[in-house]
Amino acid sequence: MANMSLKKNEMPTQAPDVRRQNFNEVALGYTAEQAIDEAKRCLNCKNMPCVSGCPVKIHIPEFIQEVAKGNFEEAYQIIARASSLPAVCGRVCPQEKQCESKCVRGIKGESVGIGRLERFVADYHNASSTDKPEPVAKNGHKVAVIGSGPAGLTCASDLAKKGYEVTVFEALHLAGGVLVYGIPEFRLPKAIVQKEIDGLVALGVKIETNTVVGRSISIDELMSEEGFEAVFIGTGAGLPKFMGIKGENLLGVYSANEFLTRINLMKAYREDSTTPIQRARRVAVVGGGNVAMDSARCARRLGAEVHIIYRRGMEELPARKEEIEHAIEEGIIFDTLTNPIEILGYHNPDDKRDPQNGRVTGIKCIKMELGEPDASGRRKPIEVENSEFVIDLDCVIMALGTSPNPLIKDTTPSLEVGPRGGIVANEQGVTSKDGVFAGGDAVTGSATVILAMGAGKASANAIDEYIKNKK
Amino acid sequence: MYKILERQELNPTVTRLKIHAPRVAKKAEAGQFIILRTDADGERIPLTIADYDRENETIDIIFQVVGATTERLNHMRIGECLHDFVGPLGRATHTDGLKKVAVVGGGVGCAIAYPVAKKLHQLGAEVHAIVGFRSKDLVILEDDFRNSSSKFVLMTDDGSAGERGLVTDALRSLIESGEKYDEVITIGPLPMMKFVSLLTKEYGIRTIASMNPVMIDGTGMCGG
Repeated sequence: MANMSLKKNEMPTQAPDVRRQNFNEVALGYTAEQAIDEAKRCLNCKNMPCVSGCPVKIHIPEFIQEVAKGNFEEAYQIIARASSLPAVCGRVCPQEKQCESKCVRGIKGESVGIGRLERFVADYHNASSTDKPEPVAKNGHKVAVIGSGPAGLTCASDLAKKGYEVTVFEALHLAGGVLVYGIPEFRLPKAIVQKEIDGLVALGVKIETNTVVGRSISIDELMSEEGFEAVFIGTGAGLPKFMGIKGENLLGVYSANEFLTRINLMKAYREDSTTPIQRARRVAVVGGGNVAMDSARCARRLGAEVHIIYRRGMEELPARKEEIEHAIEEGIIFDTLTNPIEILGYHNPDDKRDPQNGRVTGIKCIKMELGEPDASGRRKPIEVENSEFVIDLDCVIMALGTSPNPLIKDTTPSLEVGPRGGIVANEQGVTSKDGVFAGGDAVTGSATVILAMGAGKASANAIDEYIKNKK
Repeated sequence: MYKILERQELNPTVTRLKIHAPRVAKKAEAGQFIILRTDADGERIPLTIADYDRENETIDIIFQVVGATTERLNHMRIGECLHDFVGPLGRATHTDGLKKVAVVGGGVGCAIAYPVAKKLHQLGAEVHAIVGFRSKDLVILEDDFRNSSSKFVLMTDDGSAGERGLVTDALRSLIESGEKYDEVITIGPLPMMKFVSLLTKEYGIRTIASMNPVMIDGTGMCGG
């Protein structure tokens, strides 16, 4: 009997006033009873509209039917056919813009909690399964994967399962890419990422950390000197953008990249950290995407009063809905329809050695209103005359998006790159350079984990074809 | 893991380590740096590559004990391993077309000046090395500079080694005596580099100063 409740089963979470004092995961996950109850809300539509909203085409109604019957491991196997990182995607996918946006139940009431069910199933599997991956016969062909984020991990995993000898090169000291340095612990526990990486190693994938391709070794050298027959570039979009306003060089102004890397990768939030971070009193985060929400919520957990400054309105915030709701519950202040025009700093004209010199003291903003829709279809924000005001603060975090890291393109002359710095590649990841494939944010600019995974998967298939045809 | 193969105390606060790091040694050039962590939860610190040996796959680093990580590094012994060691990062010093160069180093900045002098010397350029220290017990890399230059001038503030005076005094007298440099490369404390630059400006000599304080993350996240 279907569950006709108009609302999703609520996700159990840590209470807001508790969680804003710690970095533990906010959402606690469904119990088996909640999962079964939620799964019964699925109408098992014949035309499966939800699947069309999934970038990797998980057979959603099929896995949900198994959950409804209490067959959680079967449900996992159905998801695993299409997705290699379900525990990650169940947590970080913007489901309300993907699968859940197509759900029939969403027409009147709330859609089925597909993301929450995916997460439940993946966590159930991770907690209960002890199975070691089946050893795969090696085919003797070597493939290099550059970058160990979602695109690289997916590509490496799929190739290893096909028998390739895969080496993943990672620039930082820890594998995981944006899953480790970008997304905070309270949204994606690092133990989950580590489990995925351990799984890869168990499949026989070699991971070389501390290797900056483009500096330590070039793509041409990987192919000519180290015997890699194909290379996949999944180096993401790690190059931060700034506004170009006055005062961005002041002390206490961070890119979200730096701020989050310090906190997530270097664990700056821990009391015993060897690399602590400034504990600010009042922080402004400029931007409205997931990275802005992550930065704001980290700063809040470090004890600051936090303002999100965004030039459009609440409705236009590009972040995942759940993150915005969580941010509001945690007491983040949203200064929407507001745009910074200058960052203000301290300067003591009488004492050049004053340690406060050059530190940020405030941000000057102007109010905005929404005008006619622009080329992107969104209403264009326009400045309201004479509406300038100053927020006094001691830290500014710029979260305005990122572009692809330029290191690979600068050191690989024959690789074609688009006007925004993205590597030019088709849907299969084929680039302008023979044997070199690319996917994820390195191609598209900053997007989502699931799209990067999809691209890694497509490239793994294309690399397999390429090497087979070469023989 | 990156093993410490040799350790040498150059002066009471400056130490030189030889590290086994095959990928870095294969590509390292003068002017580049590495980032290291001593331990699994350690800080990432950048240090300039002081020397490299492609055949033996080693990198030399020279550091002054100034904080927690360099203190920890100074306590590590031969046979121990650094947890992380990544590079070579940054851009190599431009050496193309230089025939006669004065390399002016000050204090621990000489650790950065030395690989530049060595590279130019290997390329066949005439290298004049002018190095300055506060006193005799702080002098580092004297023999290395002697072997990588056709003229070597050692200056100390108190005259306890070499000549008494500043590197700018030595540089001025060489220029005045008719030496014609294509370029002056200076690496050391900011005031020293400032006065070297002011001096060479008088004579219109192209001058490169090394700005270690703006060393960035090295992985491209800062755009470098």
